[in-house]
Amino acid sequence: MMFAAAMAGVLAAMALTLVRGLLGPTVFDRVLALNTFGTVTVLAIAVLGFLMGRPQFLDIALLYALINFVGTIAILKYLQYGDLGASGREAGTGNSNTGSGSDTGGGGGRP
Amino acid sequence: MRLVGLYLALFAFWLLMSGHYEPLIVGFGVVSCAATVYIARRKDFVDYATLSWYIKPTLPLYWLWLLGQILKANFDVATRCVLPGSRIDPCVFRAPANQDTGVGVATYANSITLTPGTVSMQTWDHEIRVHALTRDGARDVLGGEMDGRICRVEGRTKDGTEDGP
Amino acid sequence: MTLAVDIASWLCLVAGALLCLAGGIGMIRFPDVYARSHAAGVIDTGGAYLILLGLALQAGFSLITVKLVLIGLLLFFTCPTATHALVKAALAGGLEPLCRELGADETADLADEAAP
Repeated sequence: MMFAAAMAGVLAAMALTLVRGLLGPTVFDRVLALNTFGTVTVLAIAVLGFLMGRPQFLDIALLYALINFVGTIAILKYLQYGDLGASGREAGTGNSNTGSGSDTGGGGGRP
Repeated sequence: MRLVGLYLALFAFWLLMSGHYEPLIVGFGVVSCAATVYIARRKDFVDYATLSWYIKPTLPLYWLWLLGQILKANFDVATRCVLPGSRIDPCVFRAPANQDTGVGVATYANSITLTPGTVSMQTWDHEIRVHALTRDGARDVLGGEMDGRICRVEGRTKDGTEDGP
Repeated sequence: MTLAVDIASWLCLVAGALLCLAGGIGMIRFPDVYARSHAAGVIDTGGAYLILLGLALQAGFSLITVKLVLIGLLLFFTCPTATHALVKAALAGGLEPLCRELGADETADLADEAAP
């Protein structure tokens, strides 16, 4: 019962995020909606595992969280540099790159 | 020595994830962890400066404090999302970051982003451009409590470094 | 004892679901990308952590809880990085925020108000 209630809230959040993804005037709105949709999907998979009594679903949720992050970063890098192989330091627009390397490396870079 | 530590950590992680303890399956784990350590060594992938930051004993205490801040900010932003009469008053400003190391500044920027109501937009060596949803959120960041706490985790007092760039 | 744990888990799950819902409504209502990223932050942090905590309370001490904690840690590390990258890319892509940038004196005023 309680899992069903949580599932309802999560599904409603998924629907609202999807609406923003479809409406979004700029491409960054769509990417933001995509990232958030992925996070909510992770939650939905986890709750669904408990709802169906099969906690093995948590492995899928873990993988989905990983892929969601990598996918978002890949899309953003493609949008910003137009090339997935760019190093990011030299190909940038010039005004926004100081410290960005240590940022992503330090915050999200723990293996 | 460090590689052995990495191997043991990876293998413990693998055992926790799998939950199977038959010899064949564990053998697969041994082999795959060895392959991972080999690739990590060839790519010179392990960032020991970052690792030494993450084993500081005061970091979990900071995380607990941060979780409390996150919960408080969550309920504030959530009410602003839902209630029809509530107003948002966004602003962009630059906040000083007094940390010495790149990892410290990155932790500060990530903490700002984790707290709903404030998002870090750009980082420089000792300054962060922040987008805040309300003036109260901006005041919380500029008050410098989070900044000081990260400086203390870094092992340094904030004395005499108050002047931003 | 189990009743208390059940009630705590109920509260966490319902609060998390409500926060997710509020974040979704904020995604629709807020005016520009930068404001919407705050609504996304509500879903990424509060909603996610509370729901995972509620599930962990249901699971008790087991491998399942370890996996839930790992999912939480993963979100803890990756979500701010992704949001920061997105906002930075939007800024570099020439998308101006719907508000002006505070000058140095206004920033100093805000810092003074916060300091006492």
